[in-house]
Amino acid sequence: MDVFLQTLVAGILKGGLYSLIGIGMSLIMGVMGIINLAHGQLMMVAMYITFALHHFLGIDPYISLFIAMPALFLLGALIQKYTLNPLLEVESILPENQVLMTVGIGMVLTEIARFIFSSDYKSVKTSYSNATFFIGEISFSIALVIAFFIAVGFTLLMFWFLLKTDIGRSIRATAQDKDAALLMGVNSKRITTITFGLGSALVAAAGTLLIPIYYLFPDIGGPFTRKAFVITILGGLGSTVGAIFGGVTLGLAESFGATYIGMAYDDMIGLIIFILVLLFLPGGFKRLTKV
Amino acid sequence: MLTVNNIDVFYGDLQVLWDVSFEVKDGEILVLIGANGAGKSTTIKTISSLLTPAKGTIEFNGKRLDHHPPHEIIQQGIVHVPEGRRLFPEMSVEENLIMGSLYGEAKEKRKKTLEYVYELFPRLKERRDQMAGTMSGGEQQMAAIGRGLMSLPKIMMFDEPSLGLAPILVEDIFRMINTINSEGVTVLLVEQNVTQTLAMCNRAYVLENGRITMEGTGEELMNNEKVREAFLGI
Ligand SMILES: Nc1ncnc2c1ncn2[C@@H]1O[C@H](COP(=O)(O)OP(=O)(O)O)[C@@H](O)[C@H]1O
Ligand SMILES: [Mg+2]
Repeated sequence: MDVFLQTLVAGILKGGLYSLIGIGMSLIMGVMGIINLAHGQLMMVAMYITFALHHFLGIDPYISLFIAMPALFLLGALIQKYTLNPLLEVESILPENQVLMTVGIGMVLTEIARFIFSSDYKSVKTSYSNATFFIGEISFSIALVIAFFIAVGFTLLMFWFLLKTDIGRSIRATAQDKDAALLMGVNSKRITTITFGLGSALVAAAGTLLIPIYYLFPDIGGPFTRKAFVITILGGLGSTVGAIFGGVTLGLAESFGATYIGMAYDDMIGLIIFILVLLFLPGGFKRLTKV
Repeated sequence: MLTVNNIDVFYGDLQVLWDVSFEVKDGEILVLIGANGAGKSTTIKTISSLLTPAKGTIEFNGKRLDHHPPHEIIQQGIVHVPEGRRLFPEMSVEENLIMGSLYGEAKEKRKKTLEYVYELFPRLKERRDQMAGTMSGGEQQMAAIGRGLMSLPKIMMFDEPSLGLAPILVEDIFRMINTINSEGVTVLLVEQNVTQTLAMCNRAYVLENGRITMEGTGEELMNNEKVREAFLGI
């Protein structure tokens, strides 16, 4: 029973971070209609920023949130503005070309990271990296608990933003009916730029929160792009609420897989779920609510 | 007030409007009638800059509108209530209405205009928290009109607001358009519903296969044999 509960807790905590990753990708999917295959690589960039700030300046990862998130917002917005939006201008180009562009961007980011930081594994050891506390027999990693609550905080903030501000409503409106949004005066280029920036900032938060408990190398982006993709499919392409369910589901699946099947299989389990969802629940946990 | 001057419009290589010209005068109700596929929606989509004319110009109070990005048109005081309502289906009625008031004066007066719209359409007030996509066609049309009104427009363009509605609702909608016009909003109404629209308009143009073929007052066109033959089957 304790093992079960321990696994459950670990899965939910991880799920909180995965949700944050998935919401970013779902937002982009919803507004642009494309899968951002550089999502994990953007997270990797945020992780290196956090690593470098700690390594060279001794800045605590939680403080780095205030640097890595704006930096990635900017990077994401620039990517949208200068590499993806121009593709829309050319009528003969299909949306698929934007997806290919994100693949290319992901590769470039990975190679830049390898050039600067080499392929070595890096990690950030903080005083709380290995700290735990117990409730009954179940142990909680302090860093993971903090990460979970910050992730929940950002998720709530994001929903507040989407539901209560004009820009947030414009993002949802563009996702629901782009032409109608244009008629209401929504500048769709500006909205796609902001959306890509927000998605990048959210995945940056997840990366920065992972740093104290995870290791880092240039190719870490790929697996996380894959996870984000699975979460987005689970959540029902473009649904931000769905992404939360998708994130928690993947967190739980990986956690139970690691406990009851074997540590080495967690990535495979995600992909098996992915295939099962596509086969038996196409559309994912979509449209449970309005966001 | 709004003039369309000799526009040609294409979808890719396919030309659908030929040398279309007309004028909407301040304060009037102008109707553009035409059969399915005549190019009515194309015409007002071009005014909204969703489409760009290959030739010709569109001017509003002397200012060029063509070749401006579509999101700037509403800020000029021209709002387009699109065919098929095109509400944001997963937003509440109130959120849909708010989406009409993103800029300038409309944003400042959002609360007041919202009350005005709710007064005009008490039904929308009852349904303010309902998802727009779950409402009936008539209610959706009211919400689409309300959303347009939220922008405090000088001109409202309606694309077949009666489409798919029961006759009794059609009357309601046309009455509402009259009310809106009497409060000072110029109306450009695109319709296939000829009898009712010709009766309520000041002037009308007939669009056939992408060309303007007739114009006149509502009464003139109503008594025109060709119009009666083409649209009323008499
Ligand atoms: N997106 C489009 N691509 C190609 N042709 C179109 C498109 N939209 C409309 N058309 C064609 O343009 C013509 C005029 O269409 P439209 O303006 O929608 O007519 P109406 O609103 O009068 O029914 C029709 O022949 C229609 O098939
Ligand atoms: Mg039409």
